[in-house]
Amino acid sequence: MAKPFLAQLGAIRPKASADETSLRVIQALGFLFLTLALALPLASLLLRAFEDQHGSFVGLRNFAIYVTTPSLVRSAWNSVWTAFITTCVVIPLAFAYAYGLTRSCMPGKWIFRAIMFLPILAPSLLPALSLIYLFGNQGMLRWMMDGGSIYGPWGIIGAQIFYCFPAAAILLSVALSTADGRLYEAAEALKASRFRIFLTVTLPGALYGLVSASVVVFTLVVTDFGIPKVIGGQFNVLATDVYKQVVGRQDLNMGAVVGLVLLLPAILAFLLDRWAHGKRTATLSGRAVAYRPKPRLRRDLPAFLFCLSVALALIVIVAVAVWGSFIRFWPYNLSLTLDNYDFARFDTAGWQAVWLSVKLSLITAFVGAALIFIIAYSLERGPQRSFLAAPLRLLATIPLAVPGLVLGLAFIIFFNHPANPFGIIYGTLAILVLNSIIHFYTVGHLTAVTAIRQLDPEFEAVSASLHVPIWQTFGRVTLPICLPAIFEILVFLFVSAMTTVSAVIFLYGPDTKPASVAVVHMDEAGQASAAAAMACVILAISLSAKLTQLLVGGLFARVTSAWRR
Amino acid sequence: MVAALDNGLGTDAGNTTGIGDPFLKIRDVGKQFGSFVALERVSLNVLTGEFVSFLGPSGCGKTTLLRAIAGLDPPTVGRIIQAGRDITALPPAERDFGIVFQSYALFPNLSVAENIGYGLRGAAWPKARRHQRVAELLQLVGLADQIAKYPAQLSGGQQQRVALARALAAEPGLLLLDEPLSALDAIVRLHLRQEIRSLQQRLGVTTIMVTHDQEEALSVSDRIVVMSQGRIEQIGTPEEIYCAPASAFVAGFVGRSAHFMAKVHTPAGYITTHGLVMPAKAASTLLYGEEAEVFIRPEDVELRPITDHGDGSFEAVVAGCEFLGPVCRLGLEANGLRFEADIPPSAFNELGALPGARLSARFRPDRLLIFPAHG
Repeated sequence: MAKPFLAQLGAIRPKASADETSLRVIQALGFLFLTLALALPLASLLLRAFEDQHGSFVGLRNFAIYVTTPSLVRSAWNSVWTAFITTCVVIPLAFAYAYGLTRSCMPGKWIFRAIMFLPILAPSLLPALSLIYLFGNQGMLRWMMDGGSIYGPWGIIGAQIFYCFPAAAILLSVALSTADGRLYEAAEALKASRFRIFLTVTLPGALYGLVSASVVVFTLVVTDFGIPKVIGGQFNVLATDVYKQVVGRQDLNMGAVVGLVLLLPAILAFLLDRWAHGKRTATLSGRAVAYRPKPRLRRDLPAFLFCLSVALALIVIVAVAVWGSFIRFWPYNLSLTLDNYDFARFDTAGWQAVWLSVKLSLITAFVGAALIFIIAYSLERGPQRSFLAAPLRLLATIPLAVPGLVLGLAFIIFFNHPANPFGIIYGTLAILVLNSIIHFYTVGHLTAVTAIRQLDPEFEAVSASLHVPIWQTFGRVTLPICLPAIFEILVFLFVSAMTTVSAVIFLYGPDTKPASVAVVHMDEAGQASAAAAMACVILAISLSAKLTQLLVGGLFARVTSAWRR
Repeated sequence: MVAALDNGLGTDAGNTTGIGDPFLKIRDVGKQFGSFVALERVSLNVLTGEFVSFLGPSGCGKTTLLRAIAGLDPPTVGRIIQAGRDITALPPAERDFGIVFQSYALFPNLSVAENIGYGLRGAAWPKARRHQRVAELLQLVGLADQIAKYPAQLSGGQQQRVALARALAAEPGLLLLDEPLSALDAIVRLHLRQEIRSLQQRLGVTTIMVTHDQEEALSVSDRIVVMSQGRIEQIGTPEEIYCAPASAFVAGFVGRSAHFMAKVHTPAGYITTHGLVMPAKAASTLLYGEEAEVFIRPEDVELRPITDHGDGSFEAVVAGCEFLGPVCRLGLEANGLRFEADIPPSAFNELGALPGARLSARFRPDRLLIFPAHG
């Protein structure tokens, strides 16, 4: 039906409004920001993998060296199989836990839900330290190992199960909570057995959630650095290889090659997850009625007992680390002491590392949340057909697929380059902040986009018709309504920046060592108790941030209950 | 009122200004998304104080045209002139209109008063004047006692009125209504459309409403613009649209009717279909043997006892009956031709119009709507 007549006449050039122009400028600035802090560093990492130490192009030689070095190939295989086993264990556990939370009438659901979040609030090193307390060379339960060693694949898998559990459980409880109750009523009316209903209604409904959760767990394990560093012993994986190449051997080129290998599963996982996500949104129609479970003891009691034991396991692992951090000399002198919290005895930075982490996390949270929300707003409500919108959208979703170590490495290569004028931020707090914002950008972006899309799409049109400039409507309407989402982004960024190791391990300077890196260093120096104490401090700070979020969120909900449905 | 009936299809394009000049002139306005033409060159005039409805099925371009007038999605070609000013390329903020969306787009975190006063700012609206204006508008839409409430605490109809008051607050020259009633339930809808109409007449504000509900368009508009596939099918008063549809599309879309194909027959002014021959006034200008699309509305079918033969009457069998209150709607069949007829409930027993009964039916010759099939 293409008619030439519209093109023939002189097309109208609509005059851009001030609103449109300002959103376009924000889009352009956002694009510039993500290009400088994400695209260019990744591009320089990619280039570096094809160069030798002196910067001349060597084609695929580095890759040839990689595949012919048995130790490197073995690490890659180690990463894959530990991730695979972890996934196989975590997914059924998390599914059963999420099933109990969403499909049973057991008591205490909110407590179980709260405990589920616990591992997120601690650095990944904490479960590894706990396992060492229990099963390590001086472990209390070492006899249970039957001569085996916790330092190696089984320690990694054990700690990863704890560390990855919340991510899987959250994804699966979301997948299980969006069920159409009518399907269950129809199945019951057709006299299907409970097992058959589970196989034909519940499982297919959660299928994409299962795919998504498996992919996320697999990626988390492959890309995590803290756990294999602490408990891996002589067992090498991809993440520790990157660290060794860069920090140990100062070989950035080989580091870049391993980094690219590390990027591979992450990108595959990312694409698979996108695919699953697209499929999932299509399964629940707008007319669905939410499923409400009815009490049934034969389901509720086992669900309760199961969730109770999982929750207890999670608590025990945290509790062991906390307890261990107060013990004078594990396991010979179990008297309590605060000595391990006198960090200056173990690390020159002392408590400074903690305050630096808090400062880093606060700046990351506030600057990041503002940046992320404003850029997301300009994308959602700005000119859709602008040539920057699509690339900006893509840039905003890339960080999810980039492991922290890879991003850190890309940052060194890019910002440490002598010709880069932005090199001045190298070794300062600024580069840590920038790295943290980029590393956790996508989750915040998606939260912001979801919140903005829930607003009526015509708010901007209405305010334009009333001759009210867009920034005023943004301030009076958009921001107040989106405040809970912004607060969520804020706390997410804070907790992530507090707990992350992999993103910052390459980037800290002598005066800017964050607490999470101090944990690694103290553990390396054999001061496990001090490391545990520092990990517990991080956990306590993250926990208080999360509690503040709940408190403020509750207050906000009460104040605004008049206008919220 | 000649100008009011002017269909405006380019006949006076580019004419000089003068008395009775239309408030809004739309000339050859088209909109293209890539290779998809959402709106072909459309022209029409809207007079000051007039209530015009854009009516059509979804995807006909009515919302595209409204959004072009508002400047929310500027047209690809054409000119839009409002009150003598060319606004075609202007952003919405530089135009003069108020708009009510289907979703109302009320700001949920602002009270009713704050919503209505939202656009009343700057030097022209000192606090006292603004309060006075808000109170005045609340009075006007009958919500004076709801001033401190939030939108979520109001019913759908009340929210609609707040949105209307907000759109009218700064006394815009043009009021745009985008499916304003379709989110409401049927009874509120009937009530509110009359309220919108009387408010519009009282204020004299030029109004354009987009709707897919023909009954709504027929009941409130001065004129209706029927659209289909990006084109204007007809512009006219509700009566013209209903009684003298300009095309087969309009005849089929507006009102209820049976639709069938027929051939022009002899003598002049007769048509034949399904082996039946019947008089049809509109066929007298057509050539013998020509194919035509024919529409007949249920109220234009006359039913008599089977013994009563008249010119153009034929035998029909009752297939079904639907009791609608003021009328009974009968489903009938004659030689495979299916149609409907409305009769008063009192006539139901007289005719004995039970399913299976045979009756004498006749289509009123002056009411048969006929359109050449390939015209």
